[in-house]
Amino acid sequence: MEFIKRYLPIAGLLGIVIGVQLLTSATDTAYYLTQLTMAAYYSLLIIGLCVLMGYAGQISLGHAGFFAIGGYLSAALTSNDFSAYRETAVMRFMDTAGLLLHRQSLYGEPLLNIQPWPACIIAVVVAIIIAFLLGIPVLKLKGHYLAMATLGFGIIIFRVALAAEFFGEADGISEVPPFQLFPGVSVTGDFSDRVQNYYIAWGLLLLGLVLLLNLIHSRVGRALRSIHGSEEASEAIGVNTARYKLYTFVISAAFAAIAGSFLTHYNGGIGPSEAGVMKSVRYVAIVAVGGMANLWGVLIMGILLNFMSLRGMFGTYDDAVFGVILILIMLFAPQGILSLRIRNIFRTKRNDT
Amino acid sequence: MLELSAVHKYFGGLHAVNNVGFKVAPGTIKAVIGPNGAGKTTLFNLIAGGLEPSSGTITFKGRPIQGLKPHRVASLGMARTFQNIKLFHGMTALENVMLGCHIRSRSGFLAGMFNLPRTWKEEKDIRARSMALLELLDIAGYADVEATSLAFGQQRAVEMARALAMEPDLLLLDEPAAGLNIYETAEIARLIERTREMGITVLLVEHDMSLVMDISDEIVVLSFGEKIAEDVPDEIQRNPDVIKIYLGEDEEAAV
Amino acid sequence: MELSLFLQYLFAGITYGIIYAIVAIGFNIIYNTTGIINFAQGEFLMLGGMISISLLHFMPLPAAITVAVVITMLVGALIEIVFIRWIENPSVLRMIVITIGISIIIREAALHIWGESVRALPYFIGSAVTSVSILGTKISPQVLIVIGVCSVVVVFLSFFFKFTSIGREMRACAANRRAATLCGINVKNMVTFSFMLSAGIGALAGAVMSPITYSQYDNGTGLAIKGFTVAIMGGLGNSPGAVAAGLMLGIIEAFSISVLPLAFQDAVAIAILLIILFIRPHGLFGSSEAARLKEF
Repeated sequence: MEFIKRYLPIAGLLGIVIGVQLLTSATDTAYYLTQLTMAAYYSLLIIGLCVLMGYAGQISLGHAGFFAIGGYLSAALTSNDFSAYRETAVMRFMDTAGLLLHRQSLYGEPLLNIQPWPACIIAVVVAIIIAFLLGIPVLKLKGHYLAMATLGFGIIIFRVALAAEFFGEADGISEVPPFQLFPGVSVTGDFSDRVQNYYIAWGLLLLGLVLLLNLIHSRVGRALRSIHGSEEASEAIGVNTARYKLYTFVISAAFAAIAGSFLTHYNGGIGPSEAGVMKSVRYVAIVAVGGMANLWGVLIMGILLNFMSLRGMFGTYDDAVFGVILILIMLFAPQGILSLRIRNIFRTKRNDT
Repeated sequence: MLELSAVHKYFGGLHAVNNVGFKVAPGTIKAVIGPNGAGKTTLFNLIAGGLEPSSGTITFKGRPIQGLKPHRVASLGMARTFQNIKLFHGMTALENVMLGCHIRSRSGFLAGMFNLPRTWKEEKDIRARSMALLELLDIAGYADVEATSLAFGQQRAVEMARALAMEPDLLLLDEPAAGLNIYETAEIARLIERTREMGITVLLVEHDMSLVMDISDEIVVLSFGEKIAEDVPDEIQRNPDVIKIYLGEDEEAAV
Repeated sequence: MELSLFLQYLFAGITYGIIYAIVAIGFNIIYNTTGIINFAQGEFLMLGGMISISLLHFMPLPAAITVAVVITMLVGALIEIVFIRWIENPSVLRMIVITIGISIIIREAALHIWGESVRALPYFIGSAVTSVSILGTKISPQVLIVIGVCSVVVVFLSFFFKFTSIGREMRACAANRRAATLCGINVKNMVTFSFMLSAGIGALAGAVMSPITYSQYDNGTGLAIKGFTVAIMGGLGNSPGAVAAGLMLGIIEAFSISVLPLAFQDAVAIAILLIILFIRPHGLFGSSEAARLKEF
């Protein structure tokens, strides 16, 4: 019974995903799929952030940083030339393991890149390690301090992306090669592979959604919600609150990095704006609009707002729209406009005295 | 079961707990009483792990526990309730009790995300056990009601059920009768005795003298952070120091 | 390092440091009366600079700056009245998100009014190449003006809080809101006033620094995070601490240029912020006893 209650909406969503694709091909509007694919990747990050903010109750203004770590590392490792390091032990090992790609430049010079699969794994693992190291001290902080610390982290990543030659400075990295998942299935922005990529993105998003839905309905999810309710009482029943917050932070960072890696291969490049503070704020805004502790609400708003933004519906007011949304939601509907359950996470708890 | 020896706690210049030591024998009900500001709650937090003693040792089941994080103490088999009931808002009574089963279950993040068969089964067990506890405390009818919207007495019962779900060896009760009327207090008294019959040792801090005198096997009296008496209830009632410090204050308050 | 180069770095450090201190004091003023960190604090400096530049077409420089400060103060008051005043018992997270939203709206409005171009007020005395010689080092007089004006603001504020009745009432709100209300102080008006004051000093600093640092629609965020770093270093709510910490950060940043690429200058400040948050969240000069009462 509960099984059905949890997975039936997923099946419904899958139906919609297929339906939309069929509809676009029938009406010759397949160009919508491009933005829907990108929106799906952004939403993958956003549902991860939703579990961190809505369920574990920790704000992060630095998630664009994790997205950028995933995207930039994938891009740099698969596009930059490593021939200069050909003779180092690491490279020789990777070569024998078949993890390197030998190519030739336009002028016939040998180029050495890392294959997309290992590059993606390295990117995600690096994001996880950074999230771990950052999370241990940062998650001890609350409120303003946590917000500022994560914001600071985001700005550092932005600055590094902007200043490092390895990451292409202000131009970012372009001409990132396709990411072949299996023979015949690649993450690429090629028009001919548009339908395939739509399904890859949505498949990944649905997988992420199932994992997170399982998580919040599990023993761990219950413990996360208890931390949000009262950290003191949560400790008293034996929840290791520090560890639970940390693991949630790491999981959400991993979701962000995976989204960054895939979207970068899809777009064929990444620029510093993806690491910008405004992006992080935008993700927080969408989680707030979706209702914080409401995965479905956040997913729906994530797809909707990202799609509208990517279609250029907000024109030059793109960032302003998200600012206004943020304020209106916080002023008038802090439980999100789709709030189905009344779970006011903003209620100040004053019964600790 | 629990042993405190020469425990001190300073807050800046304030000597909140001064050289307190006592033992709680397995299977007994022990009470700590004292006037306001005697250091009862501080002592409680020292035992439950919210605070670290400035000096002295606290052992639980033969293990030193001073300075451990609360969740570590909890996982060693000590459960507690709070003076001003801390239920998790936005969660049903049943979910609150299910949270009590947290330390008696194991599924982690990955098991939860992939919803493995054993996770599924564990979840069913937890639900059944929690339901049984709600029935035991006669509040099964409120299982699906949001816990914080229940009446005060029922909230106390839910909190007790949550603590019992931890299957503790020692149960710490922080003023369990606070805010309850005499019927509810009698109910709580019965519940505490039933808890002991289940083989759980109880240590409570309490203001309500009738409750303490009725159910406790032994009583420790604190005043200004110091232990001034430790005895069976009848002797405590006759102890002149206790009457002077504790009951005397009550009379003044009554005037 | 030779003396003249050393002095160059030192003056640059002091100039930026005292600006950061002003931003930090702006944070402190609002924090003390409300417990809110106003993430839009940096936007006040941007507005001060941008508005004075625009007004310069119609009036002389001192008038332009004065009017810009007044307008920014009105913006500050407006923010408080429209977004903050009527929220009952706001949670920290909600206020963070609201003030972030406000900062975005101000920034985007500035983008649409002034565009992306970088502007600057002219140098108050002479031009970009005018200089005075101090211990053999050539320093622009504008640097001395910035340092002078900001120092006057700091001194003025400390007198204001100590000796005027409105300043004392604001401190009473900071110490205990309820007690202040019971003493007949209109706490809500004090909060509005704290936003105005905070906006006003921000705008003044933004205007005097404009010839050196330039003004652009989006330079508020960077200033805000530096200012916050300084506020934390000095101990949140502690304004003398903020001045000391501001000078410290400014000087560290200035000298970091000699060892690190310019692009990483911001990263230095943020790394300091993170380190301070991890090891001494109550600040370098705050007492840990008092910090126990705050929530980190």
